Amino acid sequence: MNLLDIIIAIPALGFILALLIPRSNAQLSRLFALGVSLVTFVASLGLVTGFDSKSTGQQFVTNFVWIQNPEIHYHVGIDGLSLWLIMLSTFLTPIAILISWEYIQDRVKEFFAFLLLLEFGLIGVFASWDLFLFYAFWEVVLVPMYFLIGIWGHDRRIYAAVKFFLYTMVGSVLMLAAIIFLYTQAGTFDYVTVLDMLQSGRIALTHLQETLLFLAFFLAFAIKVPLFPLHTWLPDAHVEAPTAGSVMLASVMLKMGTYGLVRFCLPMFPGAAKENAPWIATLAIIGIVYGALVAMVQPNMKKLVAYSSVSHLGFVVLGVFSFNQMGLDGAVYQMLTHGISTGALFVLVGFLYERKHSLAIKDYGGIATVAPWLSIIFLITTFASIGLPTLSNFVGEFLVLQGAAIRSFSWAAFAALGVILSACYMLWMYQRVFFGTVDGVEVADSHGGHGGHDDAHAAHGHDAHAAGDHGHDSHGHGFPDLNLREWACVLPLVAMMVWMGMYSQSFLPVVSAQNAHILDTTRKGPQASNVNITPVPGGNAHAR
Amino acid sequence: MLANFTPTASDILRFLPETILIAAGTLMMVLDPFLTASKPKFFGHLSIVAFLAAMFAAVAANGDPGFAYSNLLIVDGFATYFRILCITIGIFAVFSSYHYLDREKAETSEYHALILFAVSGQCLMAAANDLIMIFIGLEISSIASYVLAGYLRHDKRNNEAALKYFLLGSFATGFLLYGVALVYGITGSTKLNEIHKIMAAPGISLVMASVAAALMIIGLGFKVSGAPFQMWAPDVYQGAPAPVSAFLATAPKAAAFAIFLRIFMTAFQPIASSWEPILWMMALLSMTIGNFAALTQKNVKRMLGYSSIAHAGYLLVALTSRSEIGVTAAMFYLAAYALMNIGAFAVVIHMAGKGETNVQIDDMAGLAKKQPFTAAVLTVFVLSLIGVPLTGGFFGKFYIFRAALESNLVWLAVLGLLNSAVAAYYYLRLLVVMYMHEPSEATEALEPLTPGLRVALVLPAIGTFILGILPGFVLNFARDAASLGK
Repeated sequence: MNLLDIIIAIPALGFILALLIPRSNAQLSRLFALGVSLVTFVASLGLVTGFDSKSTGQQFVTNFVWIQNPEIHYHVGIDGLSLWLIMLSTFLTPIAILISWEYIQDRVKEFFAFLLLLEFGLIGVFASWDLFLFYAFWEVVLVPMYFLIGIWGHDRRIYAAVKFFLYTMVGSVLMLAAIIFLYTQAGTFDYVTVLDMLQSGRIALTHLQETLLFLAFFLAFAIKVPLFPLHTWLPDAHVEAPTAGSVMLASVMLKMGTYGLVRFCLPMFPGAAKENAPWIATLAIIGIVYGALVAMVQPNMKKLVAYSSVSHLGFVVLGVFSFNQMGLDGAVYQMLTHGISTGALFVLVGFLYERKHSLAIKDYGGIATVAPWLSIIFLITTFASIGLPTLSNFVGEFLVLQGAAIRSFSWAAFAALGVILSACYMLWMYQRVFFGTVDGVEVADSHGGHGGHDDAHAAHGHDAHAAGDHGHDSHGHGFPDLNLREWACVLPLVAMMVWMGMYSQSFLPVVSAQNAHILDTTRKGPQASNVNITPVPGGNAHAR
Repeated sequence: MLANFTPTASDILRFLPETILIAAGTLMMVLDPFLTASKPKFFGHLSIVAFLAAMFAAVAANGDPGFAYSNLLIVDGFATYFRILCITIGIFAVFSSYHYLDREKAETSEYHALILFAVSGQCLMAAANDLIMIFIGLEISSIASYVLAGYLRHDKRNNEAALKYFLLGSFATGFLLYGVALVYGITGSTKLNEIHKIMAAPGISLVMASVAAALMIIGLGFKVSGAPFQMWAPDVYQGAPAPVSAFLATAPKAAAFAIFLRIFMTAFQPIASSWEPILWMMALLSMTIGNFAALTQKNVKRMLGYSSIAHAGYLLVALTSRSEIGVTAAMFYLAAYALMNIGAFAVVIHMAGKGETNVQIDDMAGLAKKQPFTAAVLTVFVLSLIGVPLTGGFFGKFYIFRAALESNLVWLAVLGLLNSAVAAYYYLRLLVVMYMHEPSEATEALEPLTPGLRVALVLPAIGTFILGILPGFVLNFARDAASLGK
């Protein structure tokens, strides 16, 4: 039983114990869930300190037989790729619990229990080294998220929850078929063994088989990412989910898909991955631009952020299918920074919603004058999200674009449109929400000039800002600034945005080493025999 | 030469479970006039005791495996597995009936006697090595089932269910008998192991043998509610009293699959190439018809009826793969299927109210608010029916599709898995109404769970998790038994 097992076990035990808390004691449920998630987070810090950054093999491994025949292992471990994704899960769960503290008043116990179950599943997905175990966790994650959206969501929550479940289910059953097929060929579910066999040609796949297997895995992951045109569940799920659900969904669950691409699709089926890369990259670029354009016209803040996720995740897929170090590094880094910045955006939009019970951009205006701290934090997050240098997303997007340019300049050129557009829609939303008059709906006396204000906004932010002042007196009290609990939610996120933007060296080398290893395995096609004993060139990769 | 009709000690032991069940059933009929009025619950208790004794006997008989009564019966791991499964289902049927019979004021000895007789027939089917024995077991089970389906004889729905079940069931039995007759004509034997030998020998008329197999597939296909012989299932499950539906959806089906597996994996195994395509189609049809028809159902019992057709389809996939892994998969899945269906029906029984007025899906609205425990347990069963990991339903499905892929039934496996994604939609509706709707009148007026139903809910739920998380024990037993004496 090593540290990783403990980190997986704590939320699972927490879930069971949370269900035993008496229904009447809601506060205890909250405190318990927060305690459990904080303990998990603190424990997970041990993964970082104990991580041997020189090794690209698995660390903190536990491997024992779970089910005898067919032999299924409980095989967990981490490497440079999963380390930060697990950290992301454990880091965001306490925040998700904190932001739900007051917002969730109905069936409190179940809500927090489900968040813990979700955390358990997410950590499990990123830690699994057995294909069956991976699939089990992959599906288990669905259940708590389904309930989080369906019970505590907004008006169309049921539609969104069912859609979310079914989309994922369709993709994952095909992945299950592929996993079982691999088992019938390899006789094991162990990822490393299957990978070795695929690379050394001991599992001889025909071209058609490899393509179909690749597509089965790819479809499951592409739905989860979500890649255009499979993204339609995402805006529904995001908009309808409660804030904590949106945060976990955007920040961590989408990464399950991109993680799967990097972990499974690339190394296991390198030939098929390369063959299919052109149209996948094309879809990714379409997603980047399309997501950004659709985000631009959204009247609903959550939907805007949701479509921005489609756009940002397009970068990740593009980076992955660029097949070079820079693209892959950027993709993985973007996975992490998108988790932080979009998570923060959803948290902040959630704060706005708790104050005003509306997600429509037109219902806001002039928030900067009544809640300056909230506005500043939102602005930093906006900058991070649009990839301003020194803030987190810049690093990932830059690397992805560079990687894409190495592969094909036109990819990078089109993708760069997404960066520009993201600045447009994010800043435009920021302007409409935080500048202008305090209450666009209410201020009847200035109604005639309202349209004029909107025009002025675009040109002179300062004038609009000033115009918001007169609304301050009448409606300022209803809109408090950040309270202590909210500070506790956003400060760590902002700190991470700055840290990840200013000093990517803290995170990137581990990822890079792992990516180099993955790319290395990708280059060895199934043609090369005895690959597993060939010494690997370069300092980054180590044969196991 | 005259056969020796004196049973040996082994004969008696190997037939003991059925003996106990029949003796207990007969005893109830005798005791009925004295006890019905004064101790209505007595018969339920008695049948649980009888079931436990029979289960003990089944385990004991497994310690002394072999043929009994001039090769008419065979006690092997396979027989024991299905005996225990059917007896377990019987126990849960009794537990879930206490409250129902009390509510409908219909406590009688014959109800419990009929369940005992039905299970005895099913145990006989599981242990039969002879087509005539199979037929007798099937008839004992079926006739008791027909009566049970119409148990509340003043209720029109019960009458309709019973009549439909009886007419179509008899018709199907006819087909089965034709098949038996043809097999006897071809091989001159009704013993499965002997038929196997003759079928495997060269010079057998493949056409006649295939016709015999086809006729038996029709008969058995009806009993397991495989498409296109599935029409009766939704009507019967909807019309019969809820605890009887729970029983009918599980025990006779398990036993029917037991003989299906045994006949086709022993007697007809040598001509597998001729029946495999038929089963392939039947499996796909059952899954597709069951799942798509269930999508639009409003009545929970009817929906579960269609879902049971789909599950029969998954089981037929296992049979189509005609390997030991396939047999293991079917055996395991039947156990998982029985547990999740009993549990789901137990909730229906709980919700139904007097006269079964509240059996629409919408009647379950808001159950999670009024009775979170009941809702949570039903959630476990629903997730298992969908096939979400860590439940028995998932592992069973996984094992079935593994068997299919190992037998190169790639397309059947892919279509089956996609089918299970379709199925998620209508199962999710149960979760939606329970958790995401406001309480309905039915849930507002709901009584607390009675102890009997609590047993019929909690134990299957625990079993569902055990089969999903630690399937090793059941799986190993099934795998050892799956060779069917080869």
